[in-house]
Amino acid sequence: MDSMRERFTQTTTDLLDERGDVVVVLADIGVAGFVESGAVGRHPERVINVGIREQLMIGLAGGLALEGMRPIVHSYAPFLVERPYEFLKLSLGHQDVDAVLVSIGASYDAAAEGRTHQAPGDVALVSLLPGWSVHVPGAAEEAELLFRFAVARGGRHYIRLSTEANTTTVTTEPGRVVPLRTGSLGLVVAVGPMLQPTLEAVEDMDVTVLYASTVLPFDGAALRAHLPRRSAIVLVEPYAAGTSAHQVSAYLSDIPHRLLSLGVGDAELRKYGTGEEHRAAHGLDAAGIRAGVVAFLEGADQRGSAVR
Amino acid sequence: MKTTTSRDGSAELHRLISLMTGDEKHSAAANSMLDVLWVLYTRVLEIDPENLSDPLRDRFYLSKGHGPMAYYAVLAACGFIDESLLTTWTAFDSPLGTHPDRVLVPGVEVSSGSLGHGLGLAVGATLALRARHLAAPRVFCLVGDGELDEGSNHEAIQYAGRMELDRLTAIVIDNRSSTHGWPGGIGLRFTTEGWTVDEIDGTDHDEIEAALADHPRLGPHAVVARVPRGA
Repeated sequence: MDSMRERFTQTTTDLLDERGDVVVVLADIGVAGFVESGAVGRHPERVINVGIREQLMIGLAGGLALEGMRPIVHSYAPFLVERPYEFLKLSLGHQDVDAVLVSIGASYDAAAEGRTHQAPGDVALVSLLPGWSVHVPGAAEEAELLFRFAVARGGRHYIRLSTEANTTTVTTEPGRVVPLRTGSLGLVVAVGPMLQPTLEAVEDMDVTVLYASTVLPFDGAALRAHLPRRSAIVLVEPYAAGTSAHQVSAYLSDIPHRLLSLGVGDAELRKYGTGEEHRAAHGLDAAGIRAGVVAFLEGADQRGSAVR
Repeated sequence: MKTTTSRDGSAELHRLISLMTGDEKHSAAANSMLDVLWVLYTRVLEIDPENLSDPLRDRFYLSKGHGPMAYYAVLAACGFIDESLLTTWTAFDSPLGTHPDRVLVPGVEVSSGSLGHGLGLAVGATLALRARHLAAPRVFCLVGDGELDEGSNHEAIQYAGRMELDRLTAIVIDNRSSTHGWPGGIGLRFTTEGWTVDEIDGTDHDEIEAALADHPRLGPHAVVARVPRGA
């Protein structure tokens, strides 16, 4: 099975062939893939590598968009979102122009590389800027579907790719949250690659599981439609815990509810190792999620065990 | 560009600026670029207020968005915006703030105010025109010597030189406002990266016109326009 990033490179190469207005903007990272795919050879004027210059990477994309092009910008999440953040705000948003930003690295894909290459705050940061949609695919097939949708749809999109992925693909209409199973004690919303450990964690629990691969705008209607009577919600996010909590709360502002946000913690771990080890350290492996959900549900359930 | 005012334009522009500032004293930032803007809009730029979306028009990006009264005055004198708008300057519902917004003001190509954004945008626009095989339009970007402190400008200067963006022209208004200065001169920052450079008196209209004239070039061009310190 190919990775999300390989799928992105191939799909972008196809889009460059299909559409004359698509331009890829890179800052050294990812260039080799586009050389290998033939995109650089076939479209030298529409595969732009600015070198290690991330402010220019975003600013230049804004200029391309001002002239009617559809820029796709790709880099590691910290260098795509955090370093040039004001350029997202001003050279794109404030100019009233659009781009599709596609990141790799996520929260802890680069475990051994350390803090410099990790961006658990990326989705929260993008969410603060007006007009952006955010997609968090859980598998390569979903990444292609969401990416093609974003390019075709227009507007500003942030697509967060990761090496952390589910082994199964959930096919959804882009933007929609889908129910995977139903229960009565609570509602667990798993985002992107958090689905697999979440399903494992709650396998024997009487809870509804929803899957979200687009988190901005959040599909609040689906959330309300599947809310069980007890209105206990667990949000499992592969980035900063609680990133979408305010959206969830806003959609449920007229319904008394409890909300537990599981995600990457604020503290800097200063650990290397593997992504799996980081996942466990943040309590986002199946055992960690299970412990969080059980404590949350049993804390409010006078009948006792959440496990059936 | 036809206008109803004198070739020098100064009396008319000062009257228009006074509609905003309410007196004859204008901010340094406004004055420093008045002559360059006037020459650009009356003698250099191929743009038509009646067809602002013409893909073959020249693009002018005011990166140094500070003190845009001179900019608004020139846009009014040249028919891009109605003179009556000038009296609304900085009011809640006015399209004219102390930093220009392209969404609100006809003829304003980029929104600016935070320093160091214009050149990157201009590089992107120039590359888009190249990819679309539109060879005629030129892209101009006006920055200040203090604005050059921002590192993002140097990312753009380096890359534009390497890519030989011959339709791009940067205009640096030099009123020596950069806190730590530019030893060896501002032009050196451009020539090192493969740009051609003209250093001119930024108040001499014929010098400005000559420096901004369209010549076949091998790479991007920079015009360093010296104006009085504090102007």
